[in-house]
Amino acid sequence: MSTETDSVKVEEKLYYNRYVVDAGRPHVKIRPHEVPSQALLALTKICPAGCYALNDKGQVEVTPDGCMECGTCRIVCADTHDIEWNYPRGGFGVLFKFG
Amino acid sequence: MVEQRFDAIVVGAGPSGNAAAYTLAKEGLNVLQLERGEYAGSKNVQGAILYSDALEKLIPNFREDAPLERHVIEQRLWMLDDASYTGMHYRSEEFNEEKPNRYTIIRAQFDKWFSQKVRDAGATVLYETTVKELIRNTSGKVIGVQTDREDGAVMADVVILAEGVNGLVGQRSGLRDELKPDTVALAVKEMHFLPRDVIESRFNLKGDEGVVIEAMGSVTLGMTGTAFLYTNEESISVGIGCLVSDFTEKREAPYELLERFKSHPAIAPLLAGSEVKEYAAHLIPEGGYNAIPSLFGDGWLMVGDAGHFVNAVHREGSNLAMTTGRVAAETVVRLHRMRKEMTKANLAEYQERLEKTFVLKDMRKYRKIPAFLHGNKETLFGLYPRLLSKAAQTWFRVDGLDKKAKEKAIVSSFRQARTLRGMIGDAFKLARAWR
Repeated sequence: MSTETDSVKVEEKLYYNRYVVDAGRPHVKIRPHEVPSQALLALTKICPAGCYALNDKGQVEVTPDGCMECGTCRIVCADTHDIEWNYPRGGFGVLFKFG
Repeated sequence: MVEQRFDAIVVGAGPSGNAAAYTLAKEGLNVLQLERGEYAGSKNVQGAILYSDALEKLIPNFREDAPLERHVIEQRLWMLDDASYTGMHYRSEEFNEEKPNRYTIIRAQFDKWFSQKVRDAGATVLYETTVKELIRNTSGKVIGVQTDREDGAVMADVVILAEGVNGLVGQRSGLRDELKPDTVALAVKEMHFLPRDVIESRFNLKGDEGVVIEAMGSVTLGMTGTAFLYTNEESISVGIGCLVSDFTEKREAPYELLERFKSHPAIAPLLAGSEVKEYAAHLIPEGGYNAIPSLFGDGWLMVGDAGHFVNAVHREGSNLAMTTGRVAAETVVRLHRMRKEMTKANLAEYQERLEKTFVLKDMRKYRKIPAFLHGNKETLFGLYPRLLSKAAQTWFRVDGLDKKAKEKAIVSSFRQARTLRGMIGDAFKLARAWR
């Protein structure tokens, strides 16, 4: 990739969107781990909302506030069981105006 | 919660769920439809193209008040390399017909309109309600659903699962397997707003005419995928999608891929000066016929994306969704009228009816295509677009070289890159998968 596209901030894209965050009730959770699986590591790159990041201990953390509920992470981690994935409660989560 | 027993429950208010609920309600059945979004369409993402035929079979006069953007008069298929595109365009004045065949739509708006039609037909529609699981009786027959509302159990003779590609209910109830990373594409999309006169002059359009661009090539970095650009009334939908397994393997960020597509010299001028108003991501079931799960069982039916009904070759999905929703509902209506039970044996009629429609015929025709595309991604999405572009450039550049030498250079560039045997093999494999 060129440096130009590397500088894309996904956070800026998420600002366009409307969310109703269910405070304190994240719909995606990561199972506690010491060393992340390859599947979890892949999510730090391929999640379209950039919800996954490495912390300073080398573990993968999730912040699902900007989640677009696509389900990619659940499918990628289906075999490793790294993730607990549920729909947000009715009415919460992303609300597409155009879709 | 609604203290009532229903003839049918429909889970989801996208095109398949709305088609099902509308058909059931119009035929006088007592229908409950459940949607987890604040309004129909708030969780839904599509390119989006609407094919008239499938909707016309449900609502013949939909053009009178449906929120349609532009009718498509021109289709472009582009093979991109980094600096060029080789394209096929088809444009016809005959698409400016009284009842146009295809439209661009904005899904959130379209789904809201469709949902209103469902309510007008007499269905009870509950939004902001997430179905958590199916309720079964002791013999395993589905007899209702558990929702996330207080006292959230609700019963019905039959449950139609129209919950989309990310269908947790069906999967957690063991009605279908979890999606596999090589049978679903992850697509990201942005909505770019521009004044309508700017769109019309950029795409050579008048009035409500629209253009659709489908693109493949180096922009997906060797991954199995395509990009698109659709003109709406005052906006442009632009997106790109690749198989989840390819994203995982290559560790590419989807939004970076989208930026790359948007900055391609063929695309950037079309979007220049636009204001972005939304960024969306969604999975698309791309596994084809072989990925279709069981579609019926005791007390349940599966329709739309939940049933993997997407024709990836022709980029069709919403029409398959509406058709499966309608056919599932028609099956239920007939059984209901005959006072027959919603057993697995009786509901098998849904599949029999589907076999007679274009849906299963088309899905079966292309059953070998997903494996072909996936197994030949480097050549199909990388090598051939580059070779084609190079050949075109050699052909069109006038530089003192004689034409015979140009032909020779083109042929040898192909043979060096892919050998004659390789090319014949690719053509043969494609022909076999296409048949």
